[in-house]
Amino acid sequence: MGSKLSFALLALLALTTAAHAQDKTQNNPNDVIARGEYLARAGDCTACHTAPEGRLFAGGRAMPTPFGTLYTSNITPDPTTGIGKWSADDFYKTMHSGRFPDGGLIYPAMPFASYTKVTRADSDAIYAYLRSIPAVDQKNKPHELRFPYDNRQLILGWRTLFFTEGEFKPDPKKSEEWNRGAYLVEGLGHCGMCHSPINALGGTSQSEAFKGGLIPMQNWYAPSLTSDREAGLGDWSIKDITDLLQTGVSMRGVVYGPMAEVVHNSLQYLSDEDTRAMAVYLKSISQPSPPPPARTTLSTTESSLLVSLGKTVYDKHCASCHGAQGEGKPPHWPPLANNQSIEMQSAVNPIRMVLNGGYPPGTKGNPMPYGMPPFAGLLSDNEVAAVVSYIRTAWGNRGAPVSAREANELRSAPLK
Amino acid sequence: MFARAAAFVAVIIALAGIEDAAAQTTNRPPDTMAARVEACTPCHGNRGEGTSDVYFPRLAGKPAGYLYNQLLAFRSGRRKYPPMNYLLEFLPDPYLAAMAEYFAGEHPPLPPPAPSDVSKDVLALGEALATSGDASRNIPACVSCHGPGLTGMQPGIPGLLGLRAAYVSAQLGAWRYGTRTAKSPDCMQVVAGHLTEADVTAVSAWLATQAAPANPAPVPKGTYALPFGCGSQPN
Repeated sequence: MGSKLSFALLALLALTTAAHAQDKTQNNPNDVIARGEYLARAGDCTACHTAPEGRLFAGGRAMPTPFGTLYTSNITPDPTTGIGKWSADDFYKTMHSGRFPDGGLIYPAMPFASYTKVTRADSDAIYAYLRSIPAVDQKNKPHELRFPYDNRQLILGWRTLFFTEGEFKPDPKKSEEWNRGAYLVEGLGHCGMCHSPINALGGTSQSEAFKGGLIPMQNWYAPSLTSDREAGLGDWSIKDITDLLQTGVSMRGVVYGPMAEVVHNSLQYLSDEDTRAMAVYLKSISQPSPPPPARTTLSTTESSLLVSLGKTVYDKHCASCHGAQGEGKPPHWPPLANNQSIEMQSAVNPIRMVLNGGYPPGTKGNPMPYGMPPFAGLLSDNEVAAVVSYIRTAWGNRGAPVSAREANELRSAPLK
Repeated sequence: MFARAAAFVAVIIALAGIEDAAAQTTNRPPDTMAARVEACTPCHGNRGEGTSDVYFPRLAGKPAGYLYNQLLAFRSGRRKYPPMNYLLEFLPDPYLAAMAEYFAGEHPPLPPPAPSDVSKDVLALGEALATSGDASRNIPACVSCHGPGLTGMQPGIPGLLGLRAAYVSAQLGAWRYGTRTAKSPDCMQVVAGHLTEADVTAVSAWLATQAAPANPAPVPKGTYALPFGCGSQPN
C-alpha cells in the first residue's frame, strides 16, 4: 500500500515537473517569438505587408482590386504609425473578427475569413513576434477605392454573405496530422483566397471552397484543389506534393506566377512535418472527377488546323526541353503529358506561360531554378493558340483547343 | 552453383543500378548556367549578344556588378519593364549574381557598327557630347565615366558599345523622365536631366556608329577617377 502510494506520488511529481517544464518552454519569450515568426511565415504576412524595397512589415504595398487600390498597413511596433499600441487582445480581434481595435471594419483583402480559424495561442505568438521586430515610422497610405466601395459599411454586407467567425475545430475522426494540415491550409495558409471562385462581390462562399477560380486583377487561374481534373492531388504521391510546396518543383509539375510567390515567401520555410500534414490534407480533399466533355468554341476544321500547326511549333520550339512526347525532364523541365494544369478547362495558365515564360521561385531546396523562355515576341497569336491547342490534346491529354483570340487577350494581361 | 547464380544476380542488379543512374542523369537538364538562363535568350540572344529587336540590349561582356544591379532593380520593380519584373520576382540574390557573372563572362563579337540615318551635323553633336561634353550646360562627356574606349569600368559602369541607337535613346529618355533610376547619388539621372531631346538623339546615334575597340573588356576598377559620386560605383 505504502509503496503504491509513494509510486503514485512519484508519478504525480514527475507529471508536474514535466508540465512545469512545458510551461517554461511555452513561456520563454524567445521561443514564443521564434514560433510567431514561423507562423507569420505560414500566414505569408510579408507578401502584402512589406513593400518592394520597403522595410519589413512597414506596409505601403499597393493591392489592386476590382474596386480600386488598397494600400497595406504598417504592422511594425511603431506606436503612432504601426500597431505599437495594440494589445494581444486587439491583435487577436483583428485576426479573429476582422475588426480594428476600435471596432472598425477591415477590408476583406486581409484574409480574416481564413485567419479567424487561427488559435488564440498562435495569434499571441505572431503578436509577440511582431512586437519584436524594428519599429518603422511610416504612415499608412489612404486607400483609393471607387464609389461606392469607399464606404466601409458595405463590408457588413460582405461579412454577412461570406464570413463565418470561429476557430478551427479539429475533426476527431481524422488523424492529428490531417487536422494539422487542415488547420494550416484553411487558416494561416489562406489557400482559399485564391483557390476558390471569386464572385462579383469579391467573396468566396463555403460551398465553393477550394473549387478554383480566376484571380481578379492578376488573370492567373488558381486551379481547384478538390478536382483531380485541375490541381486536385488525389493521384499525386505525398512526396511529389511536399516537393512542390517546399521547393517549387516536382516530378508532376512546377509552380509559377502567384503560387511561386507563396512558395517563395511562405511554404519553403515550413517544417517537413507541417508540409507533410498539408500534403496529407490536400490529398484527402480531392475528389475523383469524371472527365468533362472537352468544350471548345472552335469548329472541328479549325481545331484540326490549329493542332496540326501546333505540332510544327511544338517540335521547333518546345520539344528540346519538354520532349517529343511531352515527357519533359522533371522536376526542372515539367512534363506536359498528363499534366493537369495543361488540360484544365481554363487555358489561361498555359497560354500565359507560352507568352511570358517564367521562373519557379528560388528556394532552399531549388536555389537556381530553370526558366521557361517567353515566346510573346516570337510567336503570333495563331501560333500561340496552335501550340497550346496541341499540348492540350496530344499524348492522351484531354483539354480543348483554344482560339487565337483567347491568346491575344492574354497578351495585355498584367504581369505584375 | 548457388554462389555463381547469386553473383550473376548481383551483377545484373548492379548493372541495372548503373543504368538507372545513367537514365536519371540524361533525363535531367544540363547542370549549367547556359541551360538555366534559357529564359533570357529569346530577347537577349543565346550568349547575351542581343537579338534583332533594337530595344533589347546586349548583355555579354558588361561588368558583372552592373548586370547584377540591373537584375536587382528589375526584381524590386525600381527598373520598370513588366516582362523582366515578372521573370525575376522570386529569384534569390546569389542566383541573380550567378546570372550576372555568366553574361559578364560571355564574349561573342561586338556587332559591326550600324549605318546611321541621321545627318553629319547630328553625329558631330553626338561625338562632341560623348567625348568632350558641354561644360556650359553641365553635361560631362560620356567617356569621363564610361571610359576612354567607352567599354565601361568594373564593377558597376557599363560599356556603351554594341547597343542600338533606339535602346540607348530609350534609356536616356527614361532617365530624363525619372522612370529609370538607380541608387543615390543617381548620377545618370542628373546627367540625363541636362540633355535635350536633340542631345539624346545625337549621342545615341553616334554611339551606335562606333566600331568595336580591339579590347572591348571593361577596364579594372579604379583605372580612372570619376568626376562625381555614383551610387552604382561606390569608391
